[in-house]
Amino acid sequence: MTTTYAVLSEGLEKNYGEVHALRGLDLAVPYGTVCGLLGPNGAGKTTAVRTFTTLTAPTGGRALVAGHDVTRDPAAVRRAIGVTGQYASVDGDLTGRENLRLFARLAGLRGAAARTRADELLDRFGLGGAADRVASTWSGGMKRRLDLAAGLINRPRVLFLDEPTTGLDPGAREHIWAAVRELADEGAGVLLTTQYLEEADRLADDIVVVDGGRVVAGGTPAELKARIGARAEVTVADRSALAGAAVVLDQLTGGTPVLDEEHLTAGATVLDGALTLPRIIRALDAAGIPVTDAALRPPTLDEVFLRLTRVRSATSGHAKENAA
Amino acid sequence: MSTLLSDGGAVVTRQLQKARHAPALLILTQTMPITMLLFFGYVFGSALAMPGSEYREFLVPGLLAATAANGLMTGMFTAAQDAHRGVMDRFRTLPMSRAAVPLGQTAADLLTTALSMVPLMLVGLAMGWRIEHGLPGALGALGVLLLFRFATAWAGTYLGLLSKSEEAAGQLGSATFVLPMLSSAYLPTAGLPGWLRAVAEWNPISAVASAVRVLCGNAGGEAAAGAAWPAAHPVAGAVLWSLVLLALSAPAAARRFTRGPG
Repeated sequence: MTTTYAVLSEGLEKNYGEVHALRGLDLAVPYGTVCGLLGPNGAGKTTAVRTFTTLTAPTGGRALVAGHDVTRDPAAVRRAIGVTGQYASVDGDLTGRENLRLFARLAGLRGAAARTRADELLDRFGLGGAADRVASTWSGGMKRRLDLAAGLINRPRVLFLDEPTTGLDPGAREHIWAAVRELADEGAGVLLTTQYLEEADRLADDIVVVDGGRVVAGGTPAELKARIGARAEVTVADRSALAGAAVVLDQLTGGTPVLDEEHLTAGATVLDGALTLPRIIRALDAAGIPVTDAALRPPTLDEVFLRLTRVRSATSGHAKENAA
Repeated sequence: MSTLLSDGGAVVTRQLQKARHAPALLILTQTMPITMLLFFGYVFGSALAMPGSEYREFLVPGLLAATAANGLMTGMFTAAQDAHRGVMDRFRTLPMSRAAVPLGQTAADLLTTALSMVPLMLVGLAMGWRIEHGLPGALGALGVLLLFRFATAWAGTYLGLLSKSEEAAGQLGSATFVLPMLSSAYLPTAGLPGWLRAVAEWNPISAVASAVRVLCGNAGGEAAAGAAWPAAHPVAGAVLWSLVLLALSAPAAARRFTRGPG
């Protein structure tokens, strides 16, 4: 049953001396899906990826990647995985083509097969034109595509992406996203860490929110949004009406209203599931507040994320992720 | 074993490609010994009590030995430079042999050193140095030099992997230039005060320099009476020193590389 999961961890722990980076992380990523690992800085995301990719040994619990135990059989794990991200990168002193040929040879391809695989990936990621220039002279977007290509060199069944699009412009990001989605559709299991909730929302089939080295919430993006309720937002005619709108929202939603004076809007998370848009409008009308626009919409993933991690952070201290 | 060799070969290719794209370090390490040979040979050579031509014959093997010892510096620098870059983590996540990176680095260093010995020897010959014992002597000397280079490159690799940063390794590496000064590479040790003479005679660079002198039939190879064992038996001393250094540093460097920083 364990082999049905690309990544499976149970009670995974990692201590760096006194610092507990992972405190019993449970995770299951089925093949053919993208799992988005979200969490604030220091939550344990990078430590988790480094443990799954055999770069650092866990201090407790166990982790299976492609069915192989990361501690007992790291060599088998390495044959099954591809890694891309802020840590495992390419060699800036070599050209793109030299990089991919090197990694192909080190992944066990011989001579002509290694050259063919390198050229194939250069074409697939639209890097053919720059292939013979030294990689350190490439743009950020091109380097990330080369990183991703390097991660795919051995046709991995499990792919780890550690913040794959940090610092990229929207066009370059779309390019990476399309490639990742395609891989999952072809059957690979993908574990993605990201700071961008939009990225998780677009790519991930499942989202796992970690904080303090543990999973604090999990589910599909829609489930997570449903869990914290909808969001009510009203736009008023003038600034003097904003405070009144806030009072009404406060009473109706049970959430704390957030005011935006520039756009004349007041918004709040709706904790009462029975609340409807007509009720909000009627209440505002009865209070004599001039409303120009009102909406009841699902929360953004940002709101979910902030809510889930803020609650947790209030109850426990943060582990320092990059202690080592 | 076959994966170690083929993976090591891939890393050798990588190192040579790097050198081709950014040849500054290679050019510096190739031309430095020649510059020093000319400088010492004609500046110091004119000031010494021994005739200049005799000193230059003594000096060429010394500079060859000092060049071989530079494996310590380049090994340290190469390893430290890579250790703190993301590409090392990629290597560690690939199904490759763990020792392939240090092996490939030291093997590539051996190749470039073998090439750099040729112009150095040619300049030496032009300065009056002679290989009296023909081809066997020349090949024997080259063998001793390259074995020592391989050993110092592994030792440097280990130290480079231990160092906290590229800068720290660079500074420590530069400090190794004093090591040949405390040997018989540039000057005979006979005139040194007792304790310093003992240090110089036990310095592996002295054994290598003397071994080259003995194998090529040059002046200064034979030890003075009462010399330390490696000075009295320079060829055996140089080979033993190299093997000991290699046996200590190669497994340690390979283990250290596998473990990674942190």
